[in-house]
Amino acid sequence: MLDYLVSLSVFAGLYGLLALGLNLVWGLGGMVNLGLAGLFAIGAYASALAELRLHLALPAAAIFAALLAAGAGALLAAVTARLKGDYLAIVTLGFAEVIQLLAANEIWLTNGTDGLPAIPAPGRGRLSSFHFDIASTSVVWLAVILVSLLLWRLSQAPYGRVLRAIREDETVAAVAGKRVLAFKVSAFAAGSAVMGLAGSLYAAYTGYVAPDSFDVLVTLLVVLALTAGGLGSMAGAVLGAILVVVLTEGTRFLGGLLPGLSALQVASLRQGMIGVFLLLLLRFRPEGILPERMRRHHLED
Amino acid sequence: MIATFLQALVNGALAGAVLALPAVGFNTVYAVLRFPNFAVASLATIGAYAGWVVNADLGWPAPASLLAAFVVAGSVGAFADALCLKPLRPLGALVAAIGSVALDLVLQNAARFAFGNNPRGYDLTIFRNWRLGPIGIGPQEVEDAVLAVIAMAAVFLMLRTTRIGKTMRAVADNATLAESKGIDPARVAWAANFVGLGLTGIGGMLVALDTSLDPLTGFRVLLSIFAAAVVGGLGSIPGAVAGAFVVGIGEEMSTLLIAPTYRTAMGFLAILIVLSFRPGGLIGERAI
Repeated sequence: MLDYLVSLSVFAGLYGLLALGLNLVWGLGGMVNLGLAGLFAIGAYASALAELRLHLALPAAAIFAALLAAGAGALLAAVTARLKGDYLAIVTLGFAEVIQLLAANEIWLTNGTDGLPAIPAPGRGRLSSFHFDIASTSVVWLAVILVSLLLWRLSQAPYGRVLRAIREDETVAAVAGKRVLAFKVSAFAAGSAVMGLAGSLYAAYTGYVAPDSFDVLVTLLVVLALTAGGLGSMAGAVLGAILVVVLTEGTRFLGGLLPGLSALQVASLRQGMIGVFLLLLLRFRPEGILPERMRRHHLED
Repeated sequence: MIATFLQALVNGALAGAVLALPAVGFNTVYAVLRFPNFAVASLATIGAYAGWVVNADLGWPAPASLLAAFVVAGSVGAFADALCLKPLRPLGALVAAIGSVALDLVLQNAARFAFGNNPRGYDLTIFRNWRLGPIGIGPQEVEDAVLAVIAMAAVFLMLRTTRIGKTMRAVADNATLAESKGIDPARVAWAANFVGLGLTGIGGMLVALDTSLDPLTGFRVLLSIFAAAVVGGLGSIPGAVAGAFVVGIGEEMSTLLIAPTYRTAMGFLAILIVLSFRPGGLIGERAI
């Protein structure tokens, strides 16, 4: 049981990192990114390949993964800089689809749908699996803490204020002399780097990556985490990620309660429930549990 | 060489005619309700399953199954929209769009719950390809394309001549003005969803006839549907038809140059190119 909880905490941390990355891009910058599964995949594959083919150590591979994801994110942001809202949702969702397609078909690089097995991680094999999980969760949560502190500082700094200004009204920000494109691209790149880092840690922890792991469900879970926690709030993003893991794992008991159903039916019920939760949340508490707090400055008349 | 080119052109045009149905459905909903409904993917799948139940289980002929695909996808879509997405629309197009991704997951899993993951086959006769010189044409594809054209013609007539069609066009043109003239937006929303998502259901069945029927049938063509809708102009019905032919032919032509598995990536490329250079699409937005 404890093993299971520790392993869950690793996944909660990984979702936390993804939610933090999305929070910078979407929460602060106002650029919806439904392509985060693609950036997560780029990080995971880059890290796995750097370890397997280039024989880099995990820290170097993680940096490589974050940089590559940042580059891909910057490119995506530069191409879509003029798009807003629903158009951006369509394009970014399409981006993730294309990345998944590439992962499934560029067999020389990614081993196709069979995936890349035996991705090394320091300590695997040497430590017992329980100790390996403890070490992994420590590393992942250390990353979560560092990234959330960094992003929190960033959101309080002038940089974060400009991003929020762009989110609220791009034209006003531009008129105020802010270089909107540079801010958008850099925020998208930084958020993507965090997603790439999450991908790297994911690949190292599970030891295996395959295209199936990066479908739209991942994106939806992270959107759910961020919406639950409160868009724009860093603590909310992390809290939301924990909630999502509790939610997705908590429905495991369903199988026992409904003995007449096949395993596939239980699985489809559980997956469907994720959609139901997101719909309920958007309907009844769209601002989340820990909404973004903004300091209001009142002007004297 | 010319024969392969012509063959790709013919295949692409036939695929485009089928793709036009969900694309027209997507744009009808966008024109009236002003948000992209991502649930078209699972509604196409649900339409395909409805048609399959009528055809393979009940043994009724193809026209009856197409009607079932239309009615079931249209009603499920309209009810789901009224229940789940309508309350989200006041919060903005993006919230409604994200809600529709969640709804898509729910409906996709409902289909999986009911029918499982194994592919299903329709009970229809398979004909040998016709040969026109060096070019082979599948009678099934031609029949699909003809059916798609008939369904779209019916919708065009409906929009042009019936009262509800005209109110839908009025709302698409100017929602505030239409409401001030006493048009009930809720009724128009029901009509747009029923017709648009019903067409998507027929499109889903025609796609399933051509490829395979499983819970992801609709999702696999989602990128192509987006591409057709965006290339033609979001919210434009003639645009969706034009966009579907561009994307259908483009995807087929791309297989002459790159691996066929990347044909759907062509749709993404088309979206990027159109949005970069002509954001309103080929025909322009919201022409209905």
